[in-house]
Amino acid sequence: MTELPLSTERRLGLVIDLDTCVGCHACVVSCKGWNTENYGAPLSDQSAYSGAGSGTFLNRVHSYEVQPDNGAAQLVHFPKSCLHCQDAPCVTVCPTGASYKRAEDGIVLVNESACIGCGLCAWACPYGAREMDAAAKVMKKCTLCVDRIYNENLPEVDRVPACVRTCPAGARHFGDFADPDSAVSILSAERGGMDLMPEMGTRPTNKYLPPRPRDQLQETDILAPYLAPVTDEPKGFLGWLDRTLSALPKGPL
Amino acid sequence: MHPAPSVILFTTFSGLGFGMLFWLGLGMPAPTGLVAFVFFALAYALAVGGLIASTFHLGHPERALRAFTQWRTSWLSREAWASVATLMVMAAYGAGLVFAATRIAALGLIGAALAMATVAVTSMIYAQLRTVPRWHHWSTPALLVIYSLAGGALMTGQVRYAMPLLVLAGLAQVSAWMSGDKRLAESGTTLATATGLGGRGAVRAFEPPHTGPNYLLREMVHVVGRKHANRLRLIGLVLGFALPVLLLALPFAGHWLALAAVLSHIAGVLATRWLFFAEAEHVVGLYYGKR
Ligand code: SF4
Ligand code: SF4
Repeated sequence: MTELPLSTERRLGLVIDLDTCVGCHACVVSCKGWNTENYGAPLSDQSAYSGAGSGTFLNRVHSYEVQPDNGAAQLVHFPKSCLHCQDAPCVTVCPTGASYKRAEDGIVLVNESACIGCGLCAWACPYGAREMDAAAKVMKKCTLCVDRIYNENLPEVDRVPACVRTCPAGARHFGDFADPDSAVSILSAERGGMDLMPEMGTRPTNKYLPPRPRDQLQETDILAPYLAPVTDEPKGFLGWLDRTLSALPKGPL
Repeated sequence: MHPAPSVILFTTFSGLGFGMLFWLGLGMPAPTGLVAFVFFALAYALAVGGLIASTFHLGHPERALRAFTQWRTSWLSREAWASVATLMVMAAYGAGLVFAATRIAALGLIGAALAMATVAVTSMIYAQLRTVPRWHHWSTPALLVIYSLAGGALMTGQVRYAMPLLVLAGLAQVSAWMSGDKRLAESGTTLATATGLGGRGAVRAFEPPHTGPNYLLREMVHVVGRKHANRLRLIGLVLGFALPVLLLALPFAGHWLALAAVLSHIAGVLATRWLFFAEAEHVVGLYYGKR
């Protein structure tokens, strides 16, 4: 049913630490691996070895450059997957009821045997979290590894989403945001966890921790300012050399 | 957004078909017998043909009946109901005209209202999407309804109404383009809000997550065609509205000229409908440093 639950008992989701993520894409690979072998249709690739390959992924890592007004630019690796929004527009647009949000834990899922592959839910998601599988022709999205987190056949340590289990940097955390004492709630509160595109009104469950400010290079020599070069133009012999070389006709290079 | 032929054909032809049903329902014209049959057959061919075209872009058209289940939240599901309701009511009304030469006026009025409701509901599928700021505006349903009224009037020979409606549709289109061009900027969604990093400095997409194309880029980040946008806008306006009005205004107007006006209008609507999709920017493009 595509009516959203008014509230969910638990609010399971991820905290993604943009300060810690090193952009290794291990979560992308482990997600693809787990979700190709488990829940629903496999995540197919088309012409994977052709050089123009394309495939379905539920998690993708962007990289952004942030240039502050002062100081060096910073590179931020940015993993992006379904945020399991509380006001999920992808669910309400679905004509078939294939897309739904679970009342018990807030996970947003697609019932693939009811999906007609109209693609409207992917249009409604601001984050690009849904991809139509080109082979199965049904909508694929992050399941929060619903087939791991409750799976009693797995050792307890593995009962977290594959991306969280894999991340070598510890940049991904899984837990219940409805519980104010959970690790993810505390982490998000302490580090200023943010919503992506809050103006879209989707109320994402997943939170992103902003990168910490970078260290500034400190001036250690108190006399250094007095020794600062007075001109950038070379003078004397170097200046003569610079002018002469510049005046020469261009060489073979 | 990717201008998929199936969706362009669907919205264009079903818009015309339901527009025809609207005027037929009002009894303008109210033919009987064979003439009525030809009118209704054409309207149904367009409306149903459009609906069938729309199933071509479904991954699993064999499950299409499921699309009737979620009318409480989904405009796409409501569209399924509205179009079927219109087609059934108008079939009964049309049967009266064709086989019994009787016009059941009340039934026609209900059918006309349903026909326009169908067009409006279809347009809400697009207008509801916050993710496409250009569409997320009342002008989207207004525009598609005016298009349908004008096209329907033209196709049913209601020259008196077709001329002002065509002019109105052209003007509405121009104003929708003008305001639509600004709407992404006005929406306030930028790479800064998309990443949440805007407060720290200028954000630039440095490296995309994948080197090849993917579903998201193919489906929602269509930038290639936009370079011809201005030329196509002009072609759309001339063929869709100016030329048909001119042809209708000619003193020696006859069936052939009317046919030329109809064909020109359809070509123009197809051009503007292509732009409706090709020019619509989905905010997911921002994550890729595109729009
Ligand atoms: S991130 Fe996208 S797919 Fe996931 S719940 Fe939100 S709107 Fe839906
Ligand atoms: S693609 Fe499937 S899940 Fe998405 S809106 Fe269409 S029917 Fe629903």
